[in-house]
Amino acid sequence: MKLFEHRAKQVLKEYGIPVPEGFVVASPDQITSVTGPVMVKAHALTGGRGKAGGIKPADTVDEARKAASAIIGMSIHGYTVKEVLVERRLEISKELYLSITVDRSRRCLMFMASANGGVDIEGVPEKDILMLPVDPLIGYQPFVGRKVATFLGLSNDKASQVTSICQSLYNLASKEDAELVEINPLVVARDGQIIAGDAKINIDSDALFRHSEYSRLEEDLTPLEKKAKELDIAFVQLDGNIGVIANGAGLTMATLDSINMYGGKAGVFLDLGGTDDPVKVKNAMLLMKEAGPRVILLNIFGGITKCDTVAKGVLEAMKAGRIAVPIVARIKGVNEEMAREMLRDAGLIPASGLSEAAEKASQVSLR
Amino acid sequence: MAIIVDDDTKLIIQGITGYQGTYHSKAMMEFGTKVVAGVRPGKGGEAINGIPVFDTVAEAAERTGANTSCVLVPAPSCKDAALEAIGSGVSTVVIVTEHLPVNDAIHIVSVARAKGITVIGPNCPGVASPGKAKVGILPNKIFRKGDVGIVSRSGTLTYEIVSAISESKHGQSTCVGIGGDRVSGMSFIDVLRLFQEDGQTKKTVLVGEIGGTAEEEAAEFIKKNVTKPVVAYIAGRTAPPGKRMGHAGAIIARGRGTAESKIRALEAAGVKVAKLPAEVPELLTEL
Repeated sequence: MKLFEHRAKQVLKEYGIPVPEGFVVASPDQITSVTGPVMVKAHALTGGRGKAGGIKPADTVDEARKAASAIIGMSIHGYTVKEVLVERRLEISKELYLSITVDRSRRCLMFMASANGGVDIEGVPEKDILMLPVDPLIGYQPFVGRKVATFLGLSNDKASQVTSICQSLYNLASKEDAELVEINPLVVARDGQIIAGDAKINIDSDALFRHSEYSRLEEDLTPLEKKAKELDIAFVQLDGNIGVIANGAGLTMATLDSINMYGGKAGVFLDLGGTDDPVKVKNAMLLMKEAGPRVILLNIFGGITKCDTVAKGVLEAMKAGRIAVPIVARIKGVNEEMAREMLRDAGLIPASGLSEAAEKASQVSLR
Repeated sequence: MAIIVDDDTKLIIQGITGYQGTYHSKAMMEFGTKVVAGVRPGKGGEAINGIPVFDTVAEAAERTGANTSCVLVPAPSCKDAALEAIGSGVSTVVIVTEHLPVNDAIHIVSVARAKGITVIGPNCPGVASPGKAKVGILPNKIFRKGDVGIVSRSGTLTYEIVSAISESKHGQSTCVGIGGDRVSGMSFIDVLRLFQEDGQTKKTVLVGEIGGTAEEEAAEFIKKNVTKPVVAYIAGRTAPPGKRMGHAGAIIARGRGTAESKIRALEAAGVKVAKLPAEVPELLTEL
């Protein structure tokens, strides 16, 4: 899960990384004083805020309020801005890029650094970006930070500041289970201090069981997304009219690919994951009903999720929710005979293979 | 022949007393696996489906001569269980557990590699060699013995494709689910190398997904090292773009990671890529 900038900067600060002082407000009149020049920044969990007009400078309380009222309520890449961060404006001498993330290929944490930080980092040539994996058995040692500082062309005091920031980033990623900590720009200020101009932190959602402090944070979700999250169901809204319920990410994607092949378009998909609980299946069906598709395509290959469990959940949902749209059901795998027997009189449209199910659902959706 | 699990596999199941452990220990035995022990701290001396339960993996391995362990415990205890297995004398550890924190996976995999232990998973359906043994949760009925080696990042999609292969005239030597998490023990390349050396395997099927660059790396390996024919399916041609991992994700990927990039890389390595799962057996027949 992504942390808002202000929260992310608080975490950086707890780990000893310098950040500019700031505060968050939800309405302009909550700004009562500013001590010197500030930046008013949209609090949104998305990049490209500056280019979208979501970051404005201000020198007085009046200017800060004016900036805040322009930014609050604006929409950036589909996110509606609810709050702004008002923070001390940095006097920038140079913008660097520094992050730590997971290196999937080498199976370890990896530092990434560039002397060309700022908004156009993705356009920086590969040779100007350092990718430095950290051997998990060796762990972070100061030589790692020294390599980063050298690559960034820093020496003396600035090099030791960056080395210390690298140590903090590694500690943070390990102890807080952050799968990404990105500081862009990492600002070299005119007075020589190296300080985080922005901060993105993604906490590994699989590690929330040992980080209850993050699980209570608010996220920017639609009502249906919120409900799906509470029910622990992966939910994605698309723009077609077939509602897909499948189990497992790969099978769900293969189902979308198959629908596409037969001219249909998925409107929403729910991935049940590896559940064996009929209540979760029932909840998924009722959630799907709320999403309002033209037809539901249920594609289950039973393993951990047994077919009779799915059948039980479907029957309970139909009893509780009067689902009026046609349901194409393809249920295969562990206990499929039991499921077929249970669903015989339920009025579903049966399909024996994935292609057949995709074809039938697409036909109904185009009717 | 077959790879990773075979007639010599003697299996411990960690978490055997749980609902999944009890159910799947029985299914594994029905498949033909020699399940010799279960482990559940505090339940030593009990038995599940006739399998003796021990308190520790070390005791189970010593008393039964087990060489493989299957981890079926919840995510919060998984790191402990997997590291216990790695340190207790078994040579292969299959981690079925899903939702394992990525930092735990990094730790487990790095220790295993340093000690020369094979880890498969986490978040994987396991490994099955029809007629010999199965370690994991793959459904028994979908398999049929044959000469096709399958390696997949997916769970249920693997079943879909195995089932389609069995329903045609083909069968499997071994099917390896390497797991869908960002960090896993065996990679596509590790498994492809074993299939290349395996006498029973004549053709290979690779099942990938969008995201990451594992398929592109596998394509490079196939081009240089694999002489047996390979068929692939990549799920997610029409999936919506995923959530961004900051700039870092884009910098690492550099345009790779999409279905188009993976398919292009595989085709350039001489791999036949199916558009839908059902096409996989057809392409195998054409080989």
